[in-house]
Amino acid sequence: MENYPQLVTLIVFIPLIGFVINLFFGARLGERWSGLIGSTASVLAFVVALLLWSYLINSGYESAVVNPPFLNGWITIASAKVDIPWQMRVDTLSVTMMLVVTGVGSLIHIYATGYMHGDPRFSRFFTYLNLFLVFMLILVTGNNFLMMFVGWEGVGLCSFLLIGFWFDKTKGVGWKNSNAARKAMIANRVGDFGILMAIFLMFWTFGTLDYFRPGEIANVHLAEEEHEAALVAAESGAASEGAPVAEGEHGEAAPAAEGEHSEAAPAAEGEHGEAAVPEVVFYNNDHIELRQLGVFGQAERMIEAKQEIDFGPFSLPIETVLVLITLFMLLGATGKSAQIPLFVWLPDAMAGPTPVSALIHAATMVTAGVYMMVRSNVFFYNAELTSLIVAIVGAATALMAGFVALGQWDIKKVLAYSTVSQLGFMVAAVGVGAYGAAMFHLVTHAFFKALLFLGSGSVIHGVEHGHHIAHERAGHGHGEHDAHHADGHGHDDHHEEEHEFDPQDMRNMGGLAKRMPLTYITYLIGTLALAGVWPLAGFWSKDEILADSWLAGIVDNKLAGFIAFAFLLVAAGFTAFYMWRQIEIVFFGKPRTDAADHAPESSPAMVIPLLVLGVLSLIGGFVMNVPSGAGIFAIFDLFNNWFGTHKFTEWLEHSVAHAHAADFQPLVAIISLVLALGAIGFARSIYGRGKSANVDTQPDPFENAVPNGAMAFRLANAKLYWDETYFRLFENPFNKLSVFLADTLDWRFWHDYFHETVIAKGFNGIASILSNPVDLGIIDGIVNGVGKLAQWVSGRMRLVQTGYVRTYAVTFLLGVVLIIVILLLPMVQQG
Amino acid sequence: MLMNSAITIASVVLFLPLIGMIVLLFLREPADGHGNNNLKWTAFGFSVATLVATIVMWASFDPATPGLQFVQQMNWIPSVGISFYIGVDGISILLIVLTAFIMPVAILSSFRAHVIHERGREKLYYAFMLLLEFAMLGVFVAQDLFMFYIFWEVTLVPMYFLIGIWGAERRIYAAVKFFLYTMAGSILMLLAILYVGTQVGTFSVPDIIAAVQANPNLFPFAGIFSTQSFLFLGFLIAFAIKVPIWPLHSWLPDAHVQAPTAGSVILAGVLLKLGTYGIVRFCLPMFPDAAANWAPFVATLAVIGIIYGAWVSYAQTDVKKLVAYSSVSHLGFVVLGIFSLNQVGIQGAILQMVNHGISTGGLFLLVGMLYERRHTKDIAAYGGIWKVLPVFGGLSLVITLSSMGLPGLNGFVGEFTILLGAFGSQILGFVFTLFATLGVIMAAVYMLYMFNKVFMGEVTHEENKTLEKLHWQETTVLVAMIVVILWIGLQPAPFFGSMDSSVNHLVQTVSSAASSVALR
Repeated sequence: MENYPQLVTLIVFIPLIGFVINLFFGARLGERWSGLIGSTASVLAFVVALLLWSYLINSGYESAVVNPPFLNGWITIASAKVDIPWQMRVDTLSVTMMLVVTGVGSLIHIYATGYMHGDPRFSRFFTYLNLFLVFMLILVTGNNFLMMFVGWEGVGLCSFLLIGFWFDKTKGVGWKNSNAARKAMIANRVGDFGILMAIFLMFWTFGTLDYFRPGEIANVHLAEEEHEAALVAAESGAASEGAPVAEGEHGEAAPAAEGEHSEAAPAAEGEHGEAAVPEVVFYNNDHIELRQLGVFGQAERMIEAKQEIDFGPFSLPIETVLVLITLFMLLGATGKSAQIPLFVWLPDAMAGPTPVSALIHAATMVTAGVYMMVRSNVFFYNAELTSLIVAIVGAATALMAGFVALGQWDIKKVLAYSTVSQLGFMVAAVGVGAYGAAMFHLVTHAFFKALLFLGSGSVIHGVEHGHHIAHERAGHGHGEHDAHHADGHGHDDHHEEEHEFDPQDMRNMGGLAKRMPLTYITYLIGTLALAGVWPLAGFWSKDEILADSWLAGIVDNKLAGFIAFAFLLVAAGFTAFYMWRQIEIVFFGKPRTDAADHAPESSPAMVIPLLVLGVLSLIGGFVMNVPSGAGIFAIFDLFNNWFGTHKFTEWLEHSVAHAHAADFQPLVAIISLVLALGAIGFARSIYGRGKSANVDTQPDPFENAVPNGAMAFRLANAKLYWDETYFRLFENPFNKLSVFLADTLDWRFWHDYFHETVIAKGFNGIASILSNPVDLGIIDGIVNGVGKLAQWVSGRMRLVQTGYVRTYAVTFLLGVVLIIVILLLPMVQQG
Repeated sequence: MLMNSAITIASVVLFLPLIGMIVLLFLREPADGHGNNNLKWTAFGFSVATLVATIVMWASFDPATPGLQFVQQMNWIPSVGISFYIGVDGISILLIVLTAFIMPVAILSSFRAHVIHERGREKLYYAFMLLLEFAMLGVFVAQDLFMFYIFWEVTLVPMYFLIGIWGAERRIYAAVKFFLYTMAGSILMLLAILYVGTQVGTFSVPDIIAAVQANPNLFPFAGIFSTQSFLFLGFLIAFAIKVPIWPLHSWLPDAHVQAPTAGSVILAGVLLKLGTYGIVRFCLPMFPDAAANWAPFVATLAVIGIIYGAWVSYAQTDVKKLVAYSSVSHLGFVVLGIFSLNQVGIQGAILQMVNHGISTGGLFLLVGMLYERRHTKDIAAYGGIWKVLPVFGGLSLVITLSSMGLPGLNGFVGEFTILLGAFGSQILGFVFTLFATLGVIMAAVYMLYMFNKVFMGEVTHEENKTLEKLHWQETTVLVAMIVVILWIGLQPAPFFGSMDSSVNHLVQTVSSAASSVALR
């Protein structure tokens, strides 16, 4: 068991192997093997994550630091004491992320074998997916910020590759996809600028980028408590019956309860398991020198000591430094986790194949910003100004994106804005200090949003096929359809059809519940989970965020809490509304097109992952993390008895020092539940019974249903003009300035005018003065010769410039003569 | 009076290309002026032999020694203290390895170049290539100022002809401009060299540095109008033109756009580094006070160059010009790292010199391969190349990403270290780093613009639908580049390790001699 943490290396290497195989041999392997290898790599990585999970449970959450084989250190500058290694960390937070990434990832891999069937670059798709896993797992397993950054930019690259996966589509779609890919990468780079600045600040503050050093423990207070509890338990146990089992707080406490704390022992691995003697167990970091601690341990001590940090030209108090670090980090998070102001890339990212939207742009990559902030909870906890800003950014994003989602017709765009909105919930949770709740929502959101995206993929797939079928039955286009498949393009080439038919437009759907029953059932579960209906997963996680915001406002009297609570509550109402709108338009009513009327249910490879995710969305919430005091919501503590209380938060506390668990707030829960159900009812009253807009005729029913509905709907439909505003404010001036700098300043002025006219003419004058007295005939002849040669070769050059070449040649010659003279002079003297 | 005349591996490395060139001159050139495999493979063989010798040298190089190794010193003009003096230390070793690596790549990539077949004179071409290698290696191993100067000037001659004979339409103009521009700076440096040499009584660089150490007032520094300041600027301007530091970059786009592919590769790969190398080797230790006092100014130019180069690059319609301007931006990083005047910054700068050689050299190879197929450098003429040539597209992507500094690849390690050093610098600090880091965003903007327009999107031009697949020689050079890209990106330890003690020694020298500024 003690070598288990070493397995963490495998979790990166297995997908890497899958990537390499598919990269070099994928095209030759064919669909079946290529998909099998890609999926197997992902499933094996999930198995490794499970093993690491069991290791943590069995070792009493003993975190471990692992140096991977083959890679000895990374950026090491000995004389400057820079040492940034390749180093991985196994702790409850990183394992949580590993489980989500590989678990959801595996399901999506399997789904993709069905979805991507027939695509000419099928194997390339799995190559990219495996590469994505590699980088995502580097991101979450790294033990320092620079390794996280490797994963961070790496997943950005994969996102780029996958958004632009269909870069070669015709009729302008390929260019659109390529540009969406580029937009994503550049928006993320803006955020990465923040991460880099945060890293520089951290390095010169702490002298390291490690989260924690080997032997250091993340949550000192928890360890102290447990240590004392264990001491008491050991004493009382010895006093009564001498029972060998000391019950730790967490139930899993091994026979040797003390072993639980040995994660703080100097030799992190290998200590536990044997009955350790309490006296030699380190349950705090006091035995470690300040500079030997990771960034978080140092930060806490520096705050206690009110330290000033010296940056050379200036110095700052540690609190200010932390505010700066966290603000720069926030910029990074707004890029990757699609928050205001950098979220604009995510809706466009839907250009990628739908499994990509599910995996990268909903469940995993986009949560990296939240992961980073939770990982840095010590910083954020101690930076109050930043926390307020984080809460505002998150809550405003949740509200804004929720509103925009109300007015979308593209099934994936609704989900995209919904993702932005839900990420806003998580970010706001970080802002109010609810790190545990943020992670909880991250996990449940991964379940139901992956489910919804995969469901939407299934719908799109069905409608496309329905479109083909309808086309064939209509009698024309039969041959075309065959040619289509012979072309190897499969279902995704709908854009090559002669009519403009958009299988992602919900107005082309309707009545699909009957055509695709399994997709419908699972989609419904996902919708209810996202809307926060009891007892589905989203209810518990969203409620925890709302409750924590409420408490932060009421109890701690924090402005951030009030803002977050108010905004998020409204956003939660939007969520329920736009999701139910979707259900009505897509699944209920009558089919509005032939395509929807002929849509078949998807293949088992696609439906089975939907079912699994459906179950997770159904029960994931209360199995993972039932709060205390939930009363009737927990069926009078029945859930607590079955699944324990605050399990997930307590699990996280071992690596997230400030992941505190809050009691259930019945009032908040009732408000949010009533709101969700009310919004669903409202949506049903507007869109129910088949009242949906057709593609080009009617306005959206919403426009007539509420006062000012038309204006609100159009604003939402136009996405609040973010893209247009950014174009005017940034893109256009940037491009114009770029052209001005390049063409006018650099070329016409600096290159042509200054160099050709000012310098060359000046030279000309001086050279003619110089060359006339030194007119030795021979030199002149050579010069003329060179000039004529130049004239001959440069036929296209202007007359004026021949003059220059002459001048240049003179100078060239003068230089050579000068060198020779200088070379020879000393020798002459010598002689 | 002198000294170590025993032949060391350093002089083997230095003279192998020269011997190769002489051998080449004795080979017969076929009547039609091209198609002679002996010529090509002889040139390639000698460049590979040089590479092998260089690797042997690197393997036997002791990274713990801060001073010179493989020293060879012989009298040349003893009356004025000029000697044949070569040696290698941690500052030059990597650049020598880079040179020896780039040359076979450049030569191999010339084998199939259209322009050489068209214009002929193949023998002359490869002779110039080897002469260029000799001169560049000479610059890096020379430890005598005078010798350095001669090698410095000699590099111009083969490059002048490579551009002038085998270049594009405006080749003569570009060649002459390149030559004159560099010469203009060199003359200032020559004056400074003569002053320093006569003042100290020797042209030996280690002796001059020792003399400066012993007597900080040898070249008195008292503000920007003092002897040391002028000497510093004399050297700096020559180097700044070569780098080129903004705003002295006007010759670069001409030279790059007009040069043949191999010429561009060498120009970007090695020649530009002669400038940055010179700053580290001469400007810092010989004139420490001036360096410390001018640092904010030069670093400001560097940061302007980073942003300006990137911005101008983005607006280019000629793919080669785009890459050329990106060099202005990238080398801004290098200069910024140098003038951090600390170990982190300078080590990052030296590593970034290598990285830029690989990445931008690689980009020019890509452009060359595109040009060979389509005979245009207009970005608008491409699009969707990735679909037509998937392998080429993939390899290009890696090199593009390396150039824009994706973590895990070489460019990131260099840029990160430079920026880290600049941030921790006693002289520069937060504001410089903030603006320089903006360059990282802009690198993504112009590199992805290029990659997008050339490789992605649908194939809109009929001519692009049937492009010739990569020849094995082309694949080889690209893969060789990518191996190095990944190596430095993942395990830069051997590179940092080689230079650590020498750079540390340099920084100690500078900070102990620089009386006016305390350095960290």
